Amino acid sequence: MPPNELMTASIPTNRRSPPEENNMNMHSMTVRGKDRYKSGVMEYKKMGYWEPDYVPKDTDVIALFRVTPQDGVDPIEASAAVAGESSTATWTVVWTDRLTAAEKYRAKCYRVDPVPNSPGQYFAYIAYDIDLFEPGSIANLSASIIGNVFGFKPLKALRLEDMRLPVAYVKTFQGPATGIVVERERMDKFGRPLLGATVKPKLGLSGRNYGRVVYEALKGGLDFTKDDENINSQPFMHWRERFLYCMEAVNKAQAASGEIKGTYLNVTAGTMEDMYERAEFAKELGSVIIMIDLVIGYTAIQSMAKWARRNDMILHLHRAGHSTYTRQRSHGVSFRVIAKWMRLAGVDHIHAGTVVGKLEGDPATTRGYYDICREDYNPARLEHGVFFDQHWASLNKLMPVASGGIHAGQMHQLLDHLGEDVILQFGGGTIGHPMGIQAGATANRVALEAMILARNEGRDYLHEGPEILAKAAETCTPLKSALEVWKDVTFNYESTDMPDYVPTPSVAM
Amino acid sequence: MRITQGCFSFLPDLTDEQISRQVQYCLEQGWAVNIEFTDDPHPRNHFWEMWGLPMFDLRDAAGVMMELNECRKVYGNSYIRLSAFDSSHGWESVRLSFIVNRPKEEPGFRLERHEMAGRNIRYTTRSYAADRPEGRRYD
Repeated sequence: MPPNELMTASIPTNRRSPPEENNMNMHSMTVRGKDRYKSGVMEYKKMGYWEPDYVPKDTDVIALFRVTPQDGVDPIEASAAVAGESSTATWTVVWTDRLTAAEKYRAKCYRVDPVPNSPGQYFAYIAYDIDLFEPGSIANLSASIIGNVFGFKPLKALRLEDMRLPVAYVKTFQGPATGIVVERERMDKFGRPLLGATVKPKLGLSGRNYGRVVYEALKGGLDFTKDDENINSQPFMHWRERFLYCMEAVNKAQAASGEIKGTYLNVTAGTMEDMYERAEFAKELGSVIIMIDLVIGYTAIQSMAKWARRNDMILHLHRAGHSTYTRQRSHGVSFRVIAKWMRLAGVDHIHAGTVVGKLEGDPATTRGYYDICREDYNPARLEHGVFFDQHWASLNKLMPVASGGIHAGQMHQLLDHLGEDVILQFGGGTIGHPMGIQAGATANRVALEAMILARNEGRDYLHEGPEILAKAAETCTPLKSALEVWKDVTFNYESTDMPDYVPTPSVAM
Repeated sequence: MRITQGCFSFLPDLTDEQISRQVQYCLEQGWAVNIEFTDDPHPRNHFWEMWGLPMFDLRDAAGVMMELNECRKVYGNSYIRLSAFDSSHGWESVRLSFIVNRPKEEPGFRLERHEMAGRNIRYTTRSYAADRPEGRRYD
């Protein structure tokens, strides 16, 4: 098979490669019987961590790693080592294995493929028995899968690309506290993406000045405004000041528009106790939404998700810090895995890329993230970087958020790439408007409504987009001026992370 | 003021032809369109009065437009909106909703502030129109 040919037919969870197709996946080398437990060092691939005949069970957790062995290290041995070090193994044989059902607890690498067009890199498929994991704990799941193995010396680099989470395990998690459907019902917003903006400058505004930005943006037509990731409680604005002024702004804008509005009050703090205190105050003030940062950690996120479910609160997650481990293609954890973990953990919003904005995001990969957030079933789609069929078993849907360097002039592209169930956040694109913040918000809202109207009418809105916007701008001066100011702004840079498989057209006979 | 609930409130009022195209889109998605009206457009008044049942099994937008015109004859000085319901699994909710009729004057809302302990304020949004009895709010 040519290395870059799209393997759409392949469902890696239950397919075993025939030997002629991929000669790496040979028979088992596992040593059995009492020789297996002779004291000393034994290759991982002989200890039972390489089982090419193993067929993963429906209840197994499956992980796909991109393995880059050190020069001279056998890729099968490297992959078996990953299976071993992420489950039961240590560097030497231990007799205490014999006190356990060791074969069940050993993770089994069952398939290794060379990565297309990437010499020296291999995709290793590893199956883990569900009993290896504590129910409902991302901390435990991640400690097992990525806890130990990423610093392993025989590897140059290692990346967790994707995971198949069995329904049996999915069902042990709460999932998004609110979910897309209930969020829309609660906010009374249907049929279009929601609109937001992050308050800028992100540091230095007093509570009163900060609330001014919130009021102007919401009154102008946005549904949400947002604290930035590092707005917590600093000398220039302590958190209670921010919350009080923001809620004045939200309520004033609601009365002025007749619409329900919200502002993501960031409750991120140094301790859980502080976060609960801030969340309780947000609730007391009548906020519909609070916000946390990814850097608070998986357990804190799950705690806040449970709090949000108990308190009728939408929970926004800002993926602060993720690029430190998601961005490089050869090492770390793919964002698609983080998205899966966060859907389990129970947040309602997650930043998932804009494609056209200022931050990293190749269209196909981003599409994969969005599908993971929003669909009840993800079929394997290698061209989107989705390696496994994933059933979500009616777990609530998670609303993706597109934020960073986007503006009204891109509305047709945003709708085409990201669809309707998304929050489009125009920070600079609202606050930087030459006629003021309200005008900036109005420009975005008018552009969005005009595009949805055109799409529903069956127009080819992607190609006619600029025309549709220009027409809408005839009766909306703020939109006209937004289109003029930002008409040439694009961010065209090479992506660092993209799918390894690309579709190749088949030749018609 | 202009209430901006619904999907298209920031655009100039839709013509009947534009409304009809949106309805046709909903029907093609397999959604049932409902006509709802109210003289209490509080942002948290979710349950506007229903003009009949959602129109299931309808193929042509003309059916909805006919009912809309009937509704306008009776409630032409109230808010009327169209809501489209999707019964498919995972949604089972409204998928599109937009205002198609407004009273001639939209009085809007008053924001009441009730000062509490500390600097906390309890807010209440009150529709000016709702001070009058139902049915006589936009006379």
